[in-house]
Amino acid sequence: AGEGSAPVPGDGAGPPAPERVLFPPTFSVSEIKNKQRRHFMFLRWKQQQRKEKLALKKKRKKEREALGDKAPPKAVPKTIENQRVYDETTVDPNDEEVAFDEATDEFAPYFNRQTVPKILITTSDRPRGRTVRFCEQLATVIPNSHVFYRRGLALKRIIPQCIARDFTDLIVINEDRKIPNGLVLSHLPDGPTAHFRMSSVRLRKEIKRKGKEPTEHVPEVILNNFTTRLGHSIGRMFAALFPHDPQFVGRQVATFHNQRDYIFFRFHRYIFKSEKKVGIQELGPRFTLKLRSLQKGTFDSKFGEYEWIHKRREMDTSRRKFHL
Amino acid sequence: QVLLSKNYEKALEEIDENLIYWPRFIRHKCKQRFTKITQYLIRIRKLTLKRQRKLVPLRRKIERRENRREEKALIAAQLDNAIEKELLERLKQDTYGDIYNFPIHAFDKALQQQDAESESESDAEREEDEDDDEDVDKREFVEAEDSELSDFEDMDKLETSSEEEQEEEEEVEEKASHSKSKGKTPLKGPARRKRPHIEIEYEEETEPSTKTKAA
Repeated sequence: AGEGSAPVPGDGAGPPAPERVLFPPTFSVSEIKNKQRRHFMFLRWKQQQRKEKLALKKKRKKEREALGDKAPPKAVPKTIENQRVYDETTVDPNDEEVAFDEATDEFAPYFNRQTVPKILITTSDRPRGRTVRFCEQLATVIPNSHVFYRRGLALKRIIPQCIARDFTDLIVINEDRKIPNGLVLSHLPDGPTAHFRMSSVRLRKEIKRKGKEPTEHVPEVILNNFTTRLGHSIGRMFAALFPHDPQFVGRQVATFHNQRDYIFFRFHRYIFKSEKKVGIQELGPRFTLKLRSLQKGTFDSKFGEYEWIHKRREMDTSRRKFHL
Repeated sequence: QVLLSKNYEKALEEIDENLIYWPRFIRHKCKQRFTKITQYLIRIRKLTLKRQRKLVPLRRKIERRENRREEKALIAAQLDNAIEKELLERLKQDTYGDIYNFPIHAFDKALQQQDAESESESDAEREEDEDDDEDVDKREFVEAEDSELSDFEDMDKLETSSEEEQEEEEEVEEKASHSKSKGKTPLKGPARRKRPHIEIEYEEETEPSTKTKAA
């Protein structure tokens, strides 16, 4: 069969007349052996497709205008959030079982205002400069937190000491090749331990903003999009880091936003310019977390009881399935 | 092969005895090698008692995939908008109390109270805003959900005053969505300024519905 088009023999530029060429019915652009000509034909085919698409759009728009008020409503574009596979553990706001669970789990003393959060931030062995600075900034963001450096001490021995000194939470920032890349957050008096993978950490000087440092006021907390049971428990873990009564005078807000299983942390200062307008200015570090595992008790890698582990082969099969 | 004794000094002597006719230099090198071996064996035994670092290999494909997904999730999240919305919601729900005195807000509330008293006006409003009612209902659902997930210290406040506020909020919502549907482009203007590159545009009116379905 060969090619039925491109009648110019041997020349690289290709034929100039696009409209009068006829193709045999079972011909496709990919069958041409010559790369330059194939490329040219493909571009031409693409142009034709685009023209058709544009014509279709215009036609539809005209129809829509012609119908006027009786036009059908515009179609909602499909997004990943729209098409998300429905998770059966999604929390219904009026669910009593969930409410009862939450009243009796490990965070109940915090939410009943019996305990004040006190947080210990530490790193893995031999932290490098970036991690150290990140720890310091994190300590300014979270009120009532202390940074201690671990000089080869085992976590299992630190934990009883922390409990003895009345710490409520422990944050360990794991470091690899001079950048922090992991976060272990454990609620101390026998609480759940969450292990996250941390990425895109930006220190304060790397953020493009002109704000000053965060002050000592207690910030507000925003937790967005934690819908499933698992997400709910993680959200409560984050909420338990901050003291209860935010000082609105400080106008600072810490946000944990969950989107497609990535939790984005941001720290802003806001100001209400009018009733319907608010301006925010980013200060403080930012990072994103992805949950790797959630353990029932405190940190114990060998004998711990895992409530949830991210299993890549089972859980990453669908692009529209999220767990948080 | 000769098995040396476990005692370090005796082993050195045994080396000397076995290599008796060898040159001095070679005997010395042998003993040095033996010393090094014993030292590193000691070190191994000491290290195995401490915590061992477990090396987990990175998988390049997976790393790339996760980074790319993170970028896309960041774009889809529209963080600035989400935070601003949440803050405005909290302002409306009076979580900030009397710190911010916006005269328009108070004026609106006074207006709503007047409207609640005169029934005919409220009926007319509700007839007009049939579409907005759906949005209002959905918005209430969203608000309740967000309020569950957001600051827990305000749960007490919201539970007690939720009923009183719901009626007021309905009308505030209607007005808000009214103004939003009329003035679509001005709202998108400042939002556009904040985003640098790729933009995913959602229809303003159906945005609450996408939120409820997904979140």
